[in-house]
Amino acid sequence: MAVPALVFFAGFGVIPLVGVLALSFTQWDGLGEIRLAGFGNWGAILRDPGLPHALWVTFLVMALSWAFQTPASILLGTFLAGKHRYRAVLSVLFFIPLLLSQAAIAITFKALLDPNFGLGAGLNIPFLVQDWLGEPVLAFGVVIFVVSWQFIPFHSLIYQGGVRQIPRSMYEAAELDGAGRVRRFFSITLPQLRYTIVTSSTLMVVGSLTFFDLIFVLTAGGPGDATRVLALDMYKRGFQANLMGPASVIAVILVLVGLFLALLLRRIGGRDAGHSQLEGV
Amino acid sequence: MGVPLGAALAACGGTGPTQTGAGGGTGGGDATTGGGGSSATYWYLSTQPQEGVRTRTIERFNKANPTGTITGTTFQNDAYKTKIKTAIGAGQAPTLIWGWGGGTLRSYVQAGQVDDLTPWLDQNAAVKDKLFPSSFGAATIDGKIYAMPCETMQPIVLYYDKRAFDKIGAQPPQTWGDILDLVPKFNAKGIAPFSLGGQSRWTNMMWLEFLFDRMGGPEIFQAVFDGEKDAWNNPIAIQALGEVQKLVKANGFVKGFSSITADSNADQALLYTGKAAMMLHGGWTYGSMSTDGGDFVSGGNLGYMNFPPVDGGKGDPGNTVGNPGQYISISSKATPEQKEIAKKFLSTSLIDDTGVKEWVETGAVPIIKGSDAQFAASKDKDFLNFVYNIAVNAQSFAQSWDQALSPTAAEVLLDNISKLFQMSISPQQFATNMNAVIGK
Repeated sequence: MAVPALVFFAGFGVIPLVGVLALSFTQWDGLGEIRLAGFGNWGAILRDPGLPHALWVTFLVMALSWAFQTPASILLGTFLAGKHRYRAVLSVLFFIPLLLSQAAIAITFKALLDPNFGLGAGLNIPFLVQDWLGEPVLAFGVVIFVVSWQFIPFHSLIYQGGVRQIPRSMYEAAELDGAGRVRRFFSITLPQLRYTIVTSSTLMVVGSLTFFDLIFVLTAGGPGDATRVLALDMYKRGFQANLMGPASVIAVILVLVGLFLALLLRRIGGRDAGHSQLEGV
Repeated sequence: MGVPLGAALAACGGTGPTQTGAGGGTGGGDATTGGGGSSATYWYLSTQPQEGVRTRTIERFNKANPTGTITGTTFQNDAYKTKIKTAIGAGQAPTLIWGWGGGTLRSYVQAGQVDDLTPWLDQNAAVKDKLFPSSFGAATIDGKIYAMPCETMQPIVLYYDKRAFDKIGAQPPQTWGDILDLVPKFNAKGIAPFSLGGQSRWTNMMWLEFLFDRMGGPEIFQAVFDGEKDAWNNPIAIQALGEVQKLVKANGFVKGFSSITADSNADQALLYTGKAAMMLHGGWTYGSMSTDGGDFVSGGNLGYMNFPPVDGGKGDPGNTVGNPGQYISISSKATPEQKEIAKKFLSTSLIDDTGVKEWVETGAVPIIKGSDAQFAASKDKDFLNFVYNIAVNAQSFAQSWDQALSPTAAEVLLDNISKLFQMSISPQQFATNMNAVIGK
């Protein structure tokens, strides 16, 4: 049964990965012949001040989008887990951003935020007339906002499921003891969501390594290199500067960072993940 | 997951019996590998009105040659630059490779991906003689011609909105000093002095091209192009980089310029909607401003001039920079039948009289000698004559830097230019960063 999946994984995961590793030791402009370069690319990239900068930007995107999305998703998820009909309707509405393609979202926000022809200029709202994508700090904030706008619905859905799994009896017992709404949230809901938080955070953190299309369309890594994340740096080196070797080095670094983060998160949350919290088990 | 797998496998399978053609769009991969050989492929840029001329040229050719036709696919400017490189590297190039010549063409030549057209042009001297000799420079690599110059000469010109100058009661700038003096006057009236699509980066580069030329002549950049060590450290280069930062600091460019892209033509919109007073841009924008700008051009509000001299500068103020032409190469991986179709296309429809007329109608100057005879009938004859005279009389018509340099050096250049305009690096840091990639 596992054979098709394995073949798929090998063909589209493992083999390209080995290829990229091999390419990272070569010199290739994407057109001519491939020449061996030894550790030349690795040395050049590791000494390049662009690398720590791109790593830092990637880390900031990861950390800030996590810090913004997680509380919002937990609150929304908890709210949507309630059994009221209007909440079901709202949850469908909240889900819409997830259905849109990242490129389309980026183009739309770019148009809306344009200081000369965008929403602010059109409706004459001075506050909205900022150089949203032209000031390094603002542009960074916009990237975080748009990423969150798109992915909060997805994580809310995960949390909604998580909250619904929590046994009702716990809440009933807490209510008998006189615990209020806030107390119940912090003492029952949040601890019970522990594994859900790990799952959702892993998806957010590892997923944020691959943000490319959105940033590419929105800011193209700019202004200057204020929003140049690792994935974008790789693209620019490989496909705009025709330096496939150095771009492959960055790709390998991306894979390593992703693996490290996934393992780290598993260790933090997963030590006793086999232990069930469900009622009666 | 089944669907993407199937699609990927189909794409790998490659050699379908005939090319799919009419599907158009993005299916470029299948098109070239078609074994039928009865059709050549051609990718080109999508912005109107140029796209229309290119499409009609293909249609004319296909009508005249029903047995060996050309299938066209269009792309946006910045997307095309990446797509064509990737396709060529993967052996999936279209038969006709459209481009800007220069450093990118050199990388194709070094990889053996395009055919040497010198013998063919020698045999067809009549074709070669139709074109301006200056246009062959960017098509010539190590003494051989690898691309056929075509379409139009596109020097970069300084456009301005006459209405904006009326508002502040000033005259168009005669010198660089005038430009700096005009900036606070326009800002005081709430008009941005210059429009700029800074996210595209090559738009910023045009400023440096002119300042370098006006202050030190074409030799300054030529030294970089020739791979002279530390050529960017030339004091005139450093000074020119400082001048442009002076303009940025004085708010010479429209607010938010670094997030505006030229692909969306938003920079032109700023000029014709009266939000900006001037714009340094390619000759091709005249056509799109006429199409998109309502009565801005037809109402006589658009002014244009060559970039003014810089006080004390050594460069000839008649010089210009830009695209001396567009270029079409023939893929060396195409089948002999496809190459035949391609050559027929290059020698017939691409440079025929209908094409000349249509290019003139878009407000551009074709690279065909004597095309100025067509101008008199055109509503844009003033602009056409202006461009024609610049192109014909310029002592130096330098190719855009990012096109002249290798793709590797060009990317570093564009990157540093955007940082320079962002004021995040100094002129000296710019020169140091650029010196590191000289000759690469």
